[in-house]
Amino acid sequence: MGMPTKEIDARGLMCPQPVVCTKQALDSMDAGMIVTIVDNEVAKENIVKFAKSQDYRVNVNEQAGNYYIEIQKGTSAYTEASVRKPLTLDRNYDTVIVITRDVLGGGPEELGSILIKSFLYTLVSSDHPPMALILLNSGVKLAITNSAVLEHIRSLEEKGTEVFVCGTCLDYYNLKNMLAVGSVTNMYSVVEWMNNAGKVITI
Amino acid sequence: MQNPHVLVGTETADDAGVFKLTEAMALVQTVDFFTPVVDDPYTFGQIAAANSLSDVYAMGGIPITALNIVGFPFCTLSGDVLADILKGGQAKAAEAGVAIVGGHTIQDKEPKYGLSVTGLISPDAIYTNTQAQCGDYLVLTKPVGTGIVTTAEKAGLASPDALAGAIASMITLNAATAQAMRETACHSCTDITGFGLIGHVYEMAAGSKVSIELFADAVPILPGALEYASMGLIPAGAYANRTASASYIHWDGSVSEVLQDLFYDPQTSGGLLISVPAERLEVLLANIATCSSLPYAVIGRVIPSAEKRIIVHSGKGV
Repeated sequence: MGMPTKEIDARGLMCPQPVVCTKQALDSMDAGMIVTIVDNEVAKENIVKFAKSQDYRVNVNEQAGNYYIEIQKGTSAYTEASVRKPLTLDRNYDTVIVITRDVLGGGPEELGSILIKSFLYTLVSSDHPPMALILLNSGVKLAITNSAVLEHIRSLEEKGTEVFVCGTCLDYYNLKNMLAVGSVTNMYSVVEWMNNAGKVITI
Repeated sequence: MQNPHVLVGTETADDAGVFKLTEAMALVQTVDFFTPVVDDPYTFGQIAAANSLSDVYAMGGIPITALNIVGFPFCTLSGDVLADILKGGQAKAAEAGVAIVGGHTIQDKEPKYGLSVTGLISPDAIYTNTQAQCGDYLVLTKPVGTGIVTTAEKAGLASPDALAGAIASMITLNAATAQAMRETACHSCTDITGFGLIGHVYEMAAGSKVSIELFADAVPILPGALEYASMGLIPAGAYANRTASASYIHWDGSVSEVLQDLFYDPQTSGGLLISVPAERLEVLLANIATCSSLPYAVIGRVIPSAEKRIIVHSGKGV
């Protein structure tokens, strides 16, 4: 959904403060995106209800017991927002890489495992790490504890690549509590990233 | 071993305890106290007292004496605030003909107030919440939504009218409607408080070993509550009540989530839920009409015990 222009940390706040802070932040802008962080499901439910009641677009990512609630007011400002985000490193704002398997290519699995490791290593070393890395289907296995490529994906994250891991897929493989890098995402968010990217590379 | 004088004790989830004194007289006892739901101390005192007294009315009893229960942060709030709370409680008790004969106060982090109440009842006329019978209609004597409106008020988003509506409902004693219930010889009664409409309907259904069907669009709702619920101004207790109900409730697909939130909303000083036999429904409604200015309605029907204790349909039912 683009880069948030404001972050509201509402963790530890008593009901209804999370909704109040979120509303105040949104009221203070004509258009744009904020992300509210809460640490409990009740606050998450209430803020999502609030956003929907105002016809704002809302997306929730869950990570380490916290809920990151992205709320978009007005038209999507993806391109401008991505320019506003401070650069930590030179990143390729246009590119999203989607990995749909835990191997690269349809040949022997042994070869595929070697190739995906090599691919991710090369990606880390390249001058322009991608804007985002999305893991789908068996690709989610690359992001769990003890994955052979975990350190590469972590390095990508450190370089500024957003790593998104499909929640439905993690549930299917029963790996949700073994996620070791990136954040859980849903299909709505995945499609948003794909649609807004300048270039989508699918592995 | 069970004391034979205890007519209603902790073995059921009823509104108050009842202890037999003689063949003609029994004691009713209940206690309730909580933190402020509104900013004004006097109003809070009135609400807390009305809330505490309600459980005696819900049993069919008449409250006669009460004791104040107080927690107060003396280091951070002026004693004048406490004085106003107690004045509110005293005023409501006096309205009910109840003598507050003492009480106890302790230092606390935040204000808390309520009453321990003693009432009288005839052993033959106890209205437990376990006597609803198949074919009975369910009448609710106050609108729901107090938790949501007071949450909206805490967020600074409640309109003056909405807040006034909620306060008017919360400070109204259930005395008159309880009398209407007694005069109509109803079967069963409870009052709607912290477990929300659904939670207290469940207590009656489970206690009476029946199922209850509710008509979602018939339930009276406080002005503003629907709007505030749709904005997510919902207290945490509503979610706890929802989770607790998962195994025993069936919602018709057409009942909106907002309406569900309202029925799970924990109530403060809510109305009576009365189970009345079909042939006496019109009399009960007429009796309530003469003594109450708050919205009331027929909200459901008692049916034979089914797979779920509560089934909620959309529409107004009757």
